[in-house]
Amino acid sequence: MKAIKITVNGRTHEAGIDSRRTLLDFIRDTLNLTGTKKGCDHGQCGACTVIVNGRRINSCLSLALSHDGDEVTTVEGLAEGDELHPLQRAFIDHDAFQCGFCTPGQLCSAAALLGEFREGLPSAVSGSHTPFVEEIRERMSGNLCRCGAYNHIVDAIAAVAGEKR
Amino acid sequence: MKPFDYHRLASEEALGKMEAGRYLAGGTNLIDLMKHQIETPDALVDVTRAGMDTITETDGGLMVGSQVTNTDLASHPAVRRDYPVLSSALLSGATQQLRNKATTGGNFLQRTRCQYFYDTTRACNKRAPGSGCDALEGLNRYHAILGASEHCIAVHPSDMAVAMAALDAVVHTRKRDGETRAIPATELHRLPGDRPDIDHVLEDGELITSVELPVRPPRLQAYRKVRDRASYAFAVVSAAVALDVDDGRMRNVRIALGGVAHKPWRASRAEEMLEGQQPSAELFDRAMDAEMAEAKGQGHNDFKIRLAPRTVVAVLRDLTEVTENDE
Ligand SMILES: Cc1cc2nc3c(=O)[nH]c(=O)nc-3n(C[C@H](O)[C@H](O)[C@H](O)COP(=O)(O)OP(=O)(O)OC[C@H]3O[C@@H](n4cnc5c(N)ncnc54)[C@H](O)[C@@H]3O)c2cc1C
Ligand code: SF4
Ligand code: FES
Ligand code: FES
Repeated sequence: MKAIKITVNGRTHEAGIDSRRTLLDFIRDTLNLTGTKKGCDHGQCGACTVIVNGRRINSCLSLALSHDGDEVTTVEGLAEGDELHPLQRAFIDHDAFQCGFCTPGQLCSAAALLGEFREGLPSAVSGSHTPFVEEIRERMSGNLCRCGAYNHIVDAIAAVAGEKR
Repeated sequence: MKPFDYHRLASEEALGKMEAGRYLAGGTNLIDLMKHQIETPDALVDVTRAGMDTITETDGGLMVGSQVTNTDLASHPAVRRDYPVLSSALLSGATQQLRNKATTGGNFLQRTRCQYFYDTTRACNKRAPGSGCDALEGLNRYHAILGASEHCIAVHPSDMAVAMAALDAVVHTRKRDGETRAIPATELHRLPGDRPDIDHVLEDGELITSVELPVRPPRLQAYRKVRDRASYAFAVVSAAVALDVDDGRMRNVRIALGGVAHKPWRASRAEEMLEGQQPSAELFDRAMDAEMAEAKGQGHNDFKIRLAPRTVVAVLRDLTEVTENDE
């Protein structure tokens, strides 16, 4: 057991944990924040995406101990009280999910994506002639949706990112 | 996962004074393999907070800390300006989430994606030396056509390492006793031979501290990745090319191939044939045919023997603006 201190959605937690515990299991099982989902547990599906110090990562491939002192945002931290995050609103308006299992990961990924646009980070398709939806598709390729809600997910993100650009 | 101790390295210099263990960087490959119990280290040494996460401009070159993330390296203005082949290779790999975590050192040392290496019920000389190689008679569409052995036909999966090989980057390391050395990126990985369990030339406990990008890289650069989907897939074949064209002649030609061998494959034979010559489609074809002379398919991957040279030729044509009609 080793002690760590992690801030999740603005609240600081101190806990003693087994070195094997991933950040995902820490969030779900230690903190009981079950919004973040475990899909593949191998970095392939994106369901476990959370935002750490402003950057989105797959929490299933990261040891909780590696995140001592870090600030984590999960899907539960996106809304401000009862006020939904613009992306959450847009996902509802654009019918961007069916079963909803991938949605928390999609939302965290998209929220970090807005920051990447602001920072001007490039993607593999970046270029003056790239249609905006292609940019979004490429940048969201790490979030799989078994229900195939992709088109509506892209529409929802484009609606929010478009306004902000 | 098997139980393990977790330690954190505070600085490069502290290396010799602390417990030994497997280095943990982004963990995107190592943690995955530990979950499969393909890797079972007794101890991990987390090296992400040892001060090796900066990019420094030297006189004309660039010194990249081994813990710089793939995202930060790909996005750095000097990398985008002077080493676009590297930025492009990095961005073509994995996903934004993974690139945010993956590091320069870890990317070099990621292990093969051969499906029999991952399947612990199958024979694999890389995972279990002496057990055999199920890829030889199995699904080998993604496997090697150059430099393979009867013991292993796996390929190295990194995109970044292919660009690093083409750029003649240099890997700087530090051993536990404090000794440092500089290894050309082209010599970091080894061919499988009869020891496919050993991927690279680093000694036990040798830490990658930084990677140096050379001064004045060739001006024309491109990375092209051929894969089964438009995004988020490992390369079937990839090509990193860098060269200058001065007074109509090709200079400093560097070509590296990914997805074809156990290491990034520098096409030195083709480079020699192109150096100092005028660009032409006919010459490109001839040079790559020479490079592929010893290529050997395994059945499902025979198509790579044509695909690999064609990919390089397409990139060379783009960079030198040679069209079909110039033949
Ligand atoms: C779903 C998925 C898709 C992917 N797609 C691609 C792709 O298309 N292209 C591509 O190139 N890659 C791809 N990757 C692989 C990814 O790029 C690697 O996992 C990543 O680069 C490894 O870096 P890391 O820092 O996470 O390494 P870790 O997992 O922390 O370490 C990897 C290895 O390197 C050793 N190591 C790490 N740092 C050092 C150091 N400084 N000195 C000595 N040893 C060290 C570790 O001990 C370990 O053996 C993909 C991965 C996943 C999970
Ligand atoms: S090709 Fe190499 S990694 Fe794949 S099964 Fe054979 S020995 Fe193992
Ligand atoms: S659960 Fe982490 S990527 Fe699938
Ligand atoms: S909504 Fe069901 S997996 Fe995406």
